[in-house]
Amino acid sequence: MRCYMPVVFDDTPWVRKDDLVVVHRLRTYYTIKPGFFAKPRYVRAVDDISLGIDRGITLAVVGESGSGKTTLGRTLIRLLDPVSGEVYFDGHDITHMKEEELKKIGFRRRVSMVFQDPYSSLNPFHSIHFILEEPLMVQGVSAEEREERVFKALEEVKLTPPEDFINKYPHMLSGGQRQRIAVARAIITNPDFIVADEPVSMLDASIRVEILTILKDIQQRHKMAFMYITHDISTAKYFSDYILIMYAGQFAEYGPFKDVVKNPLHPYAQSLIEAIPDPDPSNRLRERKVAPGEPPNLANPPSGCRFHPRCPYAMDICKRQEPPVIEARPGVFVKCWLYVKK
Amino acid sequence: MALLEVRNARLYYATTKGVVKAVDGISFELYEGETLAVVGESGSGKTTLGKLLTRVWERNVSVADGEIYLEGKEILHITEEEFRREIRWRKIAMVPQASMNALNPVIKIGDQMIEPLLMQGTSRDDALKMAMDALESVGLPRDLVNRYPHQLSGGMKQRVIIAMSIMAHPKVVILDEPTSALDVITQANIMNLLKKLKWEFKLSYIFVTHDLSLASELADSVAIMYAGKLVEIGGAEDIYGNPSHPYTQGLISSVPTLRVDKNLSFIPGEVPSLINPPAGCRFHPRCPFYRDRDYLKGLCDAKEPPMMELGSKAGRKHLVACWLYK
Repeated sequence: MRCYMPVVFDDTPWVRKDDLVVVHRLRTYYTIKPGFFAKPRYVRAVDDISLGIDRGITLAVVGESGSGKTTLGRTLIRLLDPVSGEVYFDGHDITHMKEEELKKIGFRRRVSMVFQDPYSSLNPFHSIHFILEEPLMVQGVSAEEREERVFKALEEVKLTPPEDFINKYPHMLSGGQRQRIAVARAIITNPDFIVADEPVSMLDASIRVEILTILKDIQQRHKMAFMYITHDISTAKYFSDYILIMYAGQFAEYGPFKDVVKNPLHPYAQSLIEAIPDPDPSNRLRERKVAPGEPPNLANPPSGCRFHPRCPYAMDICKRQEPPVIEARPGVFVKCWLYVKK
Repeated sequence: MALLEVRNARLYYATTKGVVKAVDGISFELYEGETLAVVGESGSGKTTLGKLLTRVWERNVSVADGEIYLEGKEILHITEEEFRREIRWRKIAMVPQASMNALNPVIKIGDQMIEPLLMQGTSRDDALKMAMDALESVGLPRDLVNRYPHQLSGGMKQRVIIAMSIMAHPKVVILDEPTSALDVITQANIMNLLKKLKWEFKLSYIFVTHDLSLASELADSVAIMYAGKLVEIGGAEDIYGNPSHPYTQGLISSVPTLRVDKNLSFIPGEVPSLINPPAGCRFHPRCPFYRDRDYLKGLCDAKEPPMMELGSKAGRKHLVACWLYK
């Protein structure tokens, strides 16, 4: 049952309310308690992020380590609980839903995740057959149908013939094959939404493309909503429709992928894109103009705009006040004082 | 004359499963102020090549032979004592993979940096001055010598490691994946630094990486390794503009590019085991030409291809080990 909602949020106009996955002003903090009686401090890993992903759409979430992109992905599938904001899935507010209620709307079946490291995300004591079958057993699928779906999933990730693989254990497979098993496990429940957290960063160059092609195929065929978390924009290029660039837990820039990559507006986005080399022998003759320094500690982030200590265009106001999110070009939103009209 | 000349170098490891031929007959030359990027996938032997040159060997090395000439002097067969005193750090230095995580957390940066110099008989004051100079040239403050590793960020630690490698003014620096585990912007900053050092000190690098895009940031020439063998070597313009070995071609077409639109493809199959590599050309089980062209059957799978010279646009020798060019 879908309740009626107007098209976009007033305060976050880039988020359509009728998308499959909607995130509105989400904040997820981690608590650190330096001592038993000490006052807790917060690591603001995700601090005011809003986004929407519809069926058949891939959103790339890009940022450096510590930018909160993984925390965001895990909050979306309720592996972590947010401190404020809302998460909607297919029209249901799942922000604080209890596990039984989530079960009622089939949430756990309808979302899944591909993790970064295929060497630690597969249990070494379980056979491929069991790894793939387990999510279906939890769903109460009959043994016959399970068998059929395990075979189908292996075929979808191009591990053929499936008979050669089902009785193997993870250590008998190469990194690329393991990651394909991880993908098969993620799609076996026919989810509507997949979060892929750096799915190819641990793999060799020649295998990466294979995994990316498989992911793209599956996403297109099943019209899933897809969130691709990565630090490497060049791998995201091949199947992302939109991009969200995060810095230090916050929004930096959002827009159609090609548009943003071609002409980034936020100084951080500009640095991030400039930093990525394409294979070109003339690279060796020039220096890259990138921001100096490194991301801040999120337990104690800089005041105002969190990027200001590294920003080449930093102004007075950047140190004092957090910038608003502005639609700088049609469809491209950026959180930066440079684009605020005075 | 080449600064460093490697002829038919081999390094094998003895394991319980058999002999691992990690580097199996590799030859190349490196000139002063130039960078050779050694590119290959994991298990291609590229890191072992770096270890061979610095003689940082595991205990189970069973074969280490060939000839390595540094400024005309053979250095592979001299004694360890002589190598330690004369060559390591002073002539050839190394930035090992993930070494920034190997800094000792309870020793001050300065004391860690000068340790190899003290071992070689430099006085403490001189060594400390050399360390401070090196820190300055990598863009860090001189008083960093009094700090501890946990006070530094990842990028700063990597700069410390690079400072350590250039401290004794070596001719050749071996960089083994110097930016793995760093963020993209930090990586770009480190590459900028390496370029600056190369131009300033006329350093020669051997840059070991799996990333062809990153290799192009430094490489004057590129060597492509596959399963312990060199399959192609040549000037950067030749390798990127006219890749000739089927493996190089596959590798280049699998690299995603941000600015140029192209169709990606991949190389099916896996890197072979180095214990029992395929006969003949080690790439033949994955090679699209071998699969499609009948006249290659019985050739690629039986006889090892020799290095053949191709025409070059870059003014450097362009060599490829492939029967297609016979």
